[in-house]
Amino acid sequence: MAIKVLSPGLATSVQDLGRPGYYHLGIPISGAMDRYALRAANMLVENDESAAVLEVVFMGPELAFTQDAMVAVTGAELPPKLDDDPRETWTSFAVRAGQVLSFDYLRSGARAYIAVSGGIDVPVVLGSRSTYTLGALGGLEGRTLQAGDELPVGETGGGGVEGRGVPANLRRMPGAPVELRVMPGLYWHRITEASGRRFFEDTWEVALEADRIGYRFRGGHPLEFVEREQPFGAGSDPSNIVDSCYPYGSIQVPGGTEPIILHRDAVSGGGYFMVGTVISADMDLIGQLQPHTPTRFVSVDMATALAARHDRLAQMNKVRAALD
Amino acid sequence: MNTRYSFGGEEHIFVEVDEEMSLEAFFKSLSITNAVRENRIKGVTEICPANASYQIKFNPDEIGPDDLLAELKNLESAADEAKAVLETRIIEVPVFYNDPWTHETLMRFRERHQDPDSTDLEYAARINDFASVDAFIEAHSGVPWFVTMVGFVAGLPFMFQMVDRPRQIEVPKYLRPRTDTPKLTVGYGGCFACIYSVRGAGGYQMFGITPMPIFDPKQEISYLRDFMVFFKPGDIVKFKPIDRATYDHDVAEVEAGRFEPLVRDFTFSLDEFHADIDCYNAKIAEVLYGN
Repeated sequence: MAIKVLSPGLATSVQDLGRPGYYHLGIPISGAMDRYALRAANMLVENDESAAVLEVVFMGPELAFTQDAMVAVTGAELPPKLDDDPRETWTSFAVRAGQVLSFDYLRSGARAYIAVSGGIDVPVVLGSRSTYTLGALGGLEGRTLQAGDELPVGETGGGGVEGRGVPANLRRMPGAPVELRVMPGLYWHRITEASGRRFFEDTWEVALEADRIGYRFRGGHPLEFVEREQPFGAGSDPSNIVDSCYPYGSIQVPGGTEPIILHRDAVSGGGYFMVGTVISADMDLIGQLQPHTPTRFVSVDMATALAARHDRLAQMNKVRAALD
Repeated sequence: MNTRYSFGGEEHIFVEVDEEMSLEAFFKSLSITNAVRENRIKGVTEICPANASYQIKFNPDEIGPDDLLAELKNLESAADEAKAVLETRIIEVPVFYNDPWTHETLMRFRERHQDPDSTDLEYAARINDFASVDAFIEAHSGVPWFVTMVGFVAGLPFMFQMVDRPRQIEVPKYLRPRTDTPKLTVGYGGCFACIYSVRGAGGYQMFGITPMPIFDPKQEISYLRDFMVFFKPGDIVKFKPIDRATYDHDVAEVEAGRFEPLVRDFTFSLDEFHADIDCYNAKIAEVLYGN
């Protein structure tokens, strides 16, 4: 035992880089919604980049340490406090046995990542420590943290030195206004050309229904469908299809009204048509959006998606180089 | 069948084998996804067959999107020539139709239903022209079903009725999805039956409940110790109506670690099935129940 949960925060869960390979059975990849922040947090305390950390949503937990550790908090601007003494985000700091880590109010972003040297050492399930609450799988008993929980911490190589920080220009967060790059496709042909144009012209807003399964948006024009006789097995609504798989990042629009972007705990399939897919480089940013954030979708092609992917990898490499 | 390819971002290829549901489309999807698995294509991380479509997730740093697309199109041509024969298993799933738990739930969400004045079973029986709920249950449990997709949530099977299209049951989903569905509810939406593997939201009509768990993340249930998910695409399911006493007995057996699902190995041939559907389904029942 190394960390005692005094108060759990809103929906704090253990996450790593996820659990690929079981999506065909309805078990999603899970893992940190903002993988960039998770990797950076682990680097700061000299963990393996894929080590399990705590993903915090909106409101921080209160954690009592029973052993010395190096800690770093990245992602959302959720200022840490050690025994009420402020600490910096995106910067490693030492915690002594007996000290309590708590948090100030959220300044920006939505999800913070707390890395502890040694990593959160819950059991590995199907290759990952990530929590998938819908399936009660992984993490700590398959659920978010509760007061009184005790979190095991793994063997540490020392955790490095205090005060190592990610340079400010490499702390990746959504810009303003938020733009999410989307490759149109999948069932894009189901909506009219004018409707498709409006989809990208409209400013949408993050709805309250925004979690690890998916982010819902509202405020844009309802979509207009191309007329067709519904195929056998699809269901009667024009937004219905014969139940298919859903890509991560795919944007479904039930009833043509409110787009939902599926994220790391995605439902793996279902009967709603999809207009396209958010490119992987922008998936991390979605995890940092608060409800009511104005958001635009920007249409891109495969070449742009691949270039953005390489840019993101290059930026990650700069963090690695800066902390080496 | 008109196969359509689309990229889902730079990490997925989504393939609609056919716009409408059929066993042919499902077999083609299963055959191509099996071939992708056997060919161990570099960079492929997820292979997901679905009812009449499939999806491949890949790492574009390891294989170019267009290269993978070309490989899949090659496999499609091979799948067209493959014989639709499947080594699979037949599984009996006991169902307590019209049970008190799904009944309580459907009454709670009546305002989200097309017909608030009848139950889901009464509604489904009526719009599918059955004289009574009993006649509907007889049709639902009288023929086998093909598991054509596993997903939505962990371990949830979508099942397609093994009869010709005019006899297939079709029901719309709830007007607005429920926020609650009992675990192990036997549901129906469009032309698909399903079993809710976990408690949660759902839009399918609710017909009953099975005492037989199909997903166990703790892997404590005797027949789920090797793997936490029971169903896989290609399984054949036969529902068996049970009463309250049998349901209670089965639940107790599950808890005592003594429940073993009735399962038989079977080689399914799509051609033989289509040659005489009723005769073939009788053969499936014989394999399941014969000695």
